[in-house]
Order: sequence, then C-alpha cells, then structure tokens
Amino acid sequence: MTPANRLHLKTYFLIVLMVVFGPLGNLLLGKGMKQLGATASVTPAELARVLFQALQSEVVWLGIGSLIAFFVAYTLVLSWADYSYVQPTSAIAYGTSALLGRFVLEEKVSSVQWAGILIICMGVLIVGRTHPSTTEQS
Amino acid sequence: MLGEFVLFLLIMGAGTAGELCMARAMRTIGEVTDFRPLALVAVAARAMQVSWTWLGLGLMALAFFSLLGILAVENVSFVVPVTALSYVVGTFGGKVFLRERVTGPRWLGVLLVCLGVSLVLLGKR
Repeated sequence: MTPANRLHLKTYFLIVLMVVFGPLGNLLLGKGMKQLGATASVTPAELARVLFQALQSEVVWLGIGSLIAFFVAYTLVLSWADYSYVQPTSAIAYGTSALLGRFVLEEKVSSVQWAGILIICMGVLIVGRTHPSTTEQS
Repeated sequence: MLGEFVLFLLIMGAGTAGELCMARAMRTIGEVTDFRPLALVAVAARAMQVSWTWLGLGLMALAFFSLLGILAVENVSFVVPVTALSYVVGTFGGKVFLRERVTGPRWLGVLLVCLGVSLVLLGKR
C-alpha cells in the first residue's frame, strides 16, 4: 500500500468513527435530556438544575462517552488534514442525527426540514470534494 | 427565546473557535502515524503541553454545556442541523486563523449549507 493510500484509508476510517459516534452521542444526550422532562425556561438557575440532573443519568454518560470517542477521532485526523476539509466531510453526521432523531426518538421532522438537511449535506459534500490539504504543517 | 439564541451563539461561536484552536494545536504536534494505545497516550501528553489545546478544550466545553442546555428545550433533529451554521464560521476561521486556501467550490458548499440551515429554521415554524 502506498503512503498516499494509507493516508486516505486512515482518514476515511477516522471520519467513519466520527460519523458513527457523533450522532450517537447527540442521540443519547437528546434521549437522556428528554427523560428529565420538559424545561419551561432557559434561566441560569433552571439550566444549572437541569445540568445537575443530567449528570446523574446513565444515558447522558453514554452520550458523553460517544462524544469523547468522536472527539478523539476528530483530533487525530486534524493532525494531518485541513480543518476546512475534515469539518465538511464529517457533516454526513448531521443527516444521520436527523434520521436517528426521527426513527429512534420519534421526533417530528417536516418535509421542509428534510429538504434543508439534504441541501446541508450537498453543500458540505461539495466542500469535502475540494483539496484536503492547502497548507504546510508547522 | 433570548436564552435559546444565546445558547445557539455559544454552540456555534465557542464550538468552532474551540475546534480551530484544537486544529492549530494538532498542526503544531504534526501527523500522528502510530495508533497503538501507548503512542496515543504520548500524543495526548504532547497535546496537553500546547496552550492552544487548553484554550480549545475550554471553548469546546462551553459549547458542549450550551448544547446540553438547548437539548432540554428543543428537539435533537432541530438543534443539530442548526448548528451546521458553524460551517460558515469555520470556513472564515480556517482561512484567517489557519491560513487555509478557501476555493470557489468550498464557498459554494458553504452557501448551500446556509440555505439548508434556513430551510430547517423555516420548517420548524
């Protein structure tokens, strides 16, 4: 395997990890927060109370674990690839988040929102097709 | 409503700034080629000696708790796509802060992201 192929392979592998663990973390956090019940306001005191309750939830901690896995993969891939390349290519995660929200959490997603999500994915795919590295590492 | 707006701003602004700082830190460290657990621990230890890492972690923690707060009042399928606005901030940040070359297609992609985010917002009303 050539060095270029190896570089691509490890880049794609880490991006797959990001696409899996990012949405999964968001899903678990969303599920954990919903289990706490509805919050009427976003005052600092209310937020502090909700955050304290959230940190006692196993589902929230699973979400945090998933997001840590996402973060490790994200950080590693940034050691060799452009930020403006990695960020868009990982955006497939936004679509999978909406799918998970719709089919696992049974949240309502309108057709206009689906269209928006599709356009977001198209946009980030175009960005992702540009040259992955435009700067020299320091 | 103002509280939600502030939380969205923190998710996008602090989150993207934190990621840019982490990108700067990892660029300082250089390409990671050894993925064995001990080697990864060594990379993490080196990263902890770079001040950009700590600034990045602080900003990302702020964005994370803002995300947790907004998830208490909004659906995840609405919150997550809206945070895609950070692509615009990220593109500017990559160009200015990391001196990356942003080409025409890359800007086109960013505009599409903006359009998509607007539709997600309109679809909620």
